[in-house]
Amino acid sequence: MAMPLPSPTPRPARWRAFAENVGELVVKELLSLWRDRALLVLVVYAFSAAIVIQANGMKHDLSRATMGVVDEDNSPLTTAILDALLPPRFQPPVALAPQEVDRAMDAARFTFVLNFPPNFQSDVLAGRAPSAQLLIDATALMQAGLGANDISAIFQQEVSRFVLRHGEASASPVELQVRTAFNQGLESSWFTGTMGLITNITMLSVLLAGAALIREREHGTLEHLLVLPVRPSEIMLAKIIANGAVILFGAAFSIVVVLQWGLGMGIAGSIPLFLAGTALYLFFTASLGIFLGTLAGTMPQFGLLFFLVVLPMNMLSGGFTPLESMPPWMQALMQVSPSTQFVALAQAILYRGAGIETVWPRFAATLGMGVLFFAVALGRFRSFLAAQQ
Amino acid sequence: MSGAAADPLPEPPPAAAIRLSGIRHAYGDARAVEGVDLAVAQGASVALVGPDGVGKSTLLGLISGAKRIQEGRVEVLGADFADRAARTLTQPRIAFMPQGLGRNLYPNLTVAENIAFFARLFGEDATEKGARVAPLLAATGLEPFADRLMRKLSGGMKQKLGLCCALVHDPDLLLLDEPTTGVDPLSRRQFWEFVETIRAARPGLTLLVATADMEEAARFQRVVMMDGGRILADGAPADLLARTGQADLERAFISLLPEGRRGGADGALEVTALDPDAPIAIESRDLTRRFGDFVAVDHVSFQIRRGEIFGFLGSNGCGKSTTMKMLTGLLPASSGEARLFGVPVDPADIETRRRVGYMSQAFSLYGELTVRQNLALHTRLFSLPEAEATARIAELVAAFDLADHLDALSDSLPLGVRQRLSLAVAVLHRPEVLILDEPTSGVDPVARDGFWDHLQRLSREEGVTIFVSTHFMGEAERCDRISFMHAGRVIATGTPAALKQEKGAATLEEAFVAYMEMGGRTVQSEARLPPPQPKTQARPAAFSPRRFGAYAWRETLELRRDPVRLAFALFGTVLLMIIFGYGITLDVDSLRFAVLDRDQTPESRAYVDGFAHSTYFRAAAPITDPADLERRLKSNAIAFAIEIPPGFGADLRSGRPTEVLATIDGAMPFRAETIQGYVQAVHALFLADAAQMAGKSVTALASLEMRYRYNQSFRSLDAMVPANIPLMLIFIPAILTALGVVTEKELGSITNLYVTPVTKLEFLLGKQAPYVMVALFNFLVMVLMALFLFGVPLKGSFLGLALGAFAYVLASTAVGLVSSTLTNTQVAALFGTAIGTMMPATQFSGLMQPVATLEGGAWVIGTFFPTTYFMRVSVGAFTKGLGFGELLPFIAATAAFWPALLGLAWLILRKQEA
Repeated sequence: MAMPLPSPTPRPARWRAFAENVGELVVKELLSLWRDRALLVLVVYAFSAAIVIQANGMKHDLSRATMGVVDEDNSPLTTAILDALLPPRFQPPVALAPQEVDRAMDAARFTFVLNFPPNFQSDVLAGRAPSAQLLIDATALMQAGLGANDISAIFQQEVSRFVLRHGEASASPVELQVRTAFNQGLESSWFTGTMGLITNITMLSVLLAGAALIREREHGTLEHLLVLPVRPSEIMLAKIIANGAVILFGAAFSIVVVLQWGLGMGIAGSIPLFLAGTALYLFFTASLGIFLGTLAGTMPQFGLLFFLVVLPMNMLSGGFTPLESMPPWMQALMQVSPSTQFVALAQAILYRGAGIETVWPRFAATLGMGVLFFAVALGRFRSFLAAQQ
Repeated sequence: MSGAAADPLPEPPPAAAIRLSGIRHAYGDARAVEGVDLAVAQGASVALVGPDGVGKSTLLGLISGAKRIQEGRVEVLGADFADRAARTLTQPRIAFMPQGLGRNLYPNLTVAENIAFFARLFGEDATEKGARVAPLLAATGLEPFADRLMRKLSGGMKQKLGLCCALVHDPDLLLLDEPTTGVDPLSRRQFWEFVETIRAARPGLTLLVATADMEEAARFQRVVMMDGGRILADGAPADLLARTGQADLERAFISLLPEGRRGGADGALEVTALDPDAPIAIESRDLTRRFGDFVAVDHVSFQIRRGEIFGFLGSNGCGKSTTMKMLTGLLPASSGEARLFGVPVDPADIETRRRVGYMSQAFSLYGELTVRQNLALHTRLFSLPEAEATARIAELVAAFDLADHLDALSDSLPLGVRQRLSLAVAVLHRPEVLILDEPTSGVDPVARDGFWDHLQRLSREEGVTIFVSTHFMGEAERCDRISFMHAGRVIATGTPAALKQEKGAATLEEAFVAYMEMGGRTVQSEARLPPPQPKTQARPAAFSPRRFGAYAWRETLELRRDPVRLAFALFGTVLLMIIFGYGITLDVDSLRFAVLDRDQTPESRAYVDGFAHSTYFRAAAPITDPADLERRLKSNAIAFAIEIPPGFGADLRSGRPTEVLATIDGAMPFRAETIQGYVQAVHALFLADAAQMAGKSVTALASLEMRYRYNQSFRSLDAMVPANIPLMLIFIPAILTALGVVTEKELGSITNLYVTPVTKLEFLLGKQAPYVMVALFNFLVMVLMALFLFGVPLKGSFLGLALGAFAYVLASTAVGLVSSTLTNTQVAALFGTAIGTMMPATQFSGLMQPVATLEGGAWVIGTFFPTTYFMRVSVGAFTKGLGFGELLPFIAATAAFWPALLGLAWLILRKQEA
């Protein structure tokens, strides 16, 4: 006994209606975002100043290492060794009295303290093979290992030079030539800049999409949308596209203007390819954000959930520490995370100049996880609304 | 004074409770109040009436001290409110209930806890409080619900609770802003009876109430009518009626309006009879909905014919909204069936939604969009063609009188205008069925009348079926049929006339009360209140531990009531600690490499063996050609490649110089440098071996003896675990406090900061304290994990570590407070905290590299971030074995952040709103 009714307007084809609705909702999302100025300022900061600060401030190579020296010899040889510890890798060594060493190291003023015993130079010349001591603050893990290697090499080289007067070190039968592929200068600001960018992309996209969902539920607008001829999938897709577009634009700006022009980063591969990968990754992160939003009932819960999920995703993605060194079970686990895939594909494209033929498996994995989370979030959408009561 | 030309300002008696002169107030460009002078005598009861957005709430905000004075003089209880000290002294004598059901109350606190919280804010001690609270609870009938959470109360009960909370400190001036908006008639009646009881017990109490309901206003001694930010008329209700020659205040008000603004003067609408054979449009068959044990809707059945206006009446929380939601498909039914147009409701059916318009109880359009944008969005979502859309918007703007507000943000609209917008959106697509959940709640009488004219036209001229819930009997009278609902059940259904007749009631309201009692609703008896106790008017203390305690206690309860958040807060760190403890390591090992051996001699294989046997490296399949080398490096299949030239073995044997090429992936510079070091070491070893085999002795000229201090084995775990503790202790505590202040801003309970004696410092510290305790608990758990799970010994002073942790969590929770005071939305607060802590803590605080080696902005951030210093305390105490004295400088540095950050939050936070 359904009531027959004349339809007042012709209905557009189903797919067109879908696309139009998504389009309208995207515009709505963008307008909403535009109104929250505090949020906008943070987004702009995340893609500009934050990247510069991180790229310039953080050196993942040995840089500006702090040196103390207890020189009980004060000879031309010890001076020559100290003079060879040059910036930017080392800060000028600071002379210390022997009794000051412990306190200075306890206070973490120096990562390295070099100690020359009395008569060091004369012992060397007399062939008595004296030994100097290098104290290393092993709590500064990254610097400690790199610096120890470096100082040791400089030390040996300077001693040999001194002994041979300007002679070169005796020719070795096999010369080892080390070549660095992809980032010849080992310029770490490129690396830290890119990794900072990736961190911010992850953080912003998860947070924006998830928080926007919870906010809409709290304000009742989500419920309102669901009595309109709008499908949950359209609402979700609009959120993903709108927030994703803003972040994708930010990422493009960051990579071209901040990293390439500002910091002179050499980009080996194709930027469009990288941005395509970013878009896939954003599909995943925004879907994840919406999924977390449906899990968390309230904004405070979402905030905590966000940290618990995003922090490990970021820190363990291989962008901060080498993936190979993690326990095997954790490596396996992290391979599932698209953040790992994204870090890998970003490094491959930006530094190694890899093309689609190399990175397509990572693209596929990212997309797959994105589709999975989108589907799960969609499945939870209605029960999420009903749980509001 | 403008409008009230004929009404000379009554000579204010010497003891004026309120005296306003020349008040003007604007929000941006929008003028809310344009020159108001008003005096209210002590002990008077005054109603401030007028439509929405005429400036009633603004005046109450100014009188309560919640709003900053922009222009004019506000004198309340003898104190000039421009003077902060005088205001602070007087505010404890005022009670203010803001607009909105239970808006200044705390949803996750019980009735008793809400009252206790307010009592503490006003410094009542326990016995005094007990003596006062019990009769209040008894008088309001809230006694049986003392342990019920506020959010589970009905609207009427929320308002009564609000009044209890307002009265707990025995105020001399009571300010109520639309206290009965959205409250059902019975509760409304009880509410006013309760107010009368209070006034009887406390004759000195001055009462000022803002309302849009003229019927209610008639109860007051004096009525002040407002329009357009000015006073229109002022006098006793009888005088006003006499002066205008009208029968009721509503007509009196309309007659006082300037010509052209009176609207709705076309009299009653001709209502044609319904077609009795019209098909059934909405049908509910034994519709039931349960939430856990609670039955919200209990076997509700009814049928609504096409073109009928069907009204739903009942107390708040009786299941009206739930029934409506099931009809729209928003909520699945637990059992029974809802049918629209003869077909069961299917949430996935998009086509049906085009035929239904729904308006939810709370405003649910986009507040951040303008009126025009909201309308346009909906025309597009309903796929109206562009030309039709423009015409339709123009039509609606005219019909709902929205022309003046077209470009205003919806959030900034007065309540009544927002409701008009919501209705315009609900009818925009010309639906055949309209489901309206309290559409006129908070709308002024004139607008409400126009609204109902519109509904009746829709029903009769266009055959639209209207299902509407309301609290207004006047509206119920205009329905074709109504249902009374109570506790999830329909008690009676029929035409308004039939229902009145059945109970022999003169008015529908009487019939309503009769049916409610029949449905089992208790109508509580009159209660007496004890006379006020004499009190000493002491200057409020600059810092009151009790008020601080009240906020701390409230925050703790809130956390305890949210088990999910509590679990994350207490044990989230455990999870992160495990992940990071094992996962973050700066050891570089298990590196994959491959060899391109163009020589294939025993010598070349010996050279390669040096690498293959190193624990740092893992050999991958040999490389076949340079293209393969390139490809495998690119795809990160290997971290470095060794290339041995042809003739390597022969050259080596004959002492000719030869060279080996190592190609290292430089994408990750830190890893590349480490690999370089390793490769050189393996190479040197090979050379030494080769030399030894050749019988040459190699003597060093001098040696450099390396001593790794603090962590002899150079074990990553020993360094990372203590370094992770500071990280965990900033993320979780900061995010916990980050939402503290901003949530109160969003929900409206921030008003309590504005109008009660609580100081900004007490407020902030109270918000902080519980999370400091949570953070300290986390700290202890992490120390235990470090010791027993990771086996990292604590070599130094535990006392120093603990004291440092205490100073640190004070700082990290204050970081969240700063973020919370700076922002206006929870999203922005979360965001700010995430950005503000994640990068500085993980990158610039010495976790990855010492702060001293940072440069530029990173160095500045690192130096002025608390994590840096606690990182030294933690690493110092665990790994370096530092004693208390040696840790003290870092503890002191960490401790300096708390006052600085708290001071910053204090400066940003405002004790009054704009």
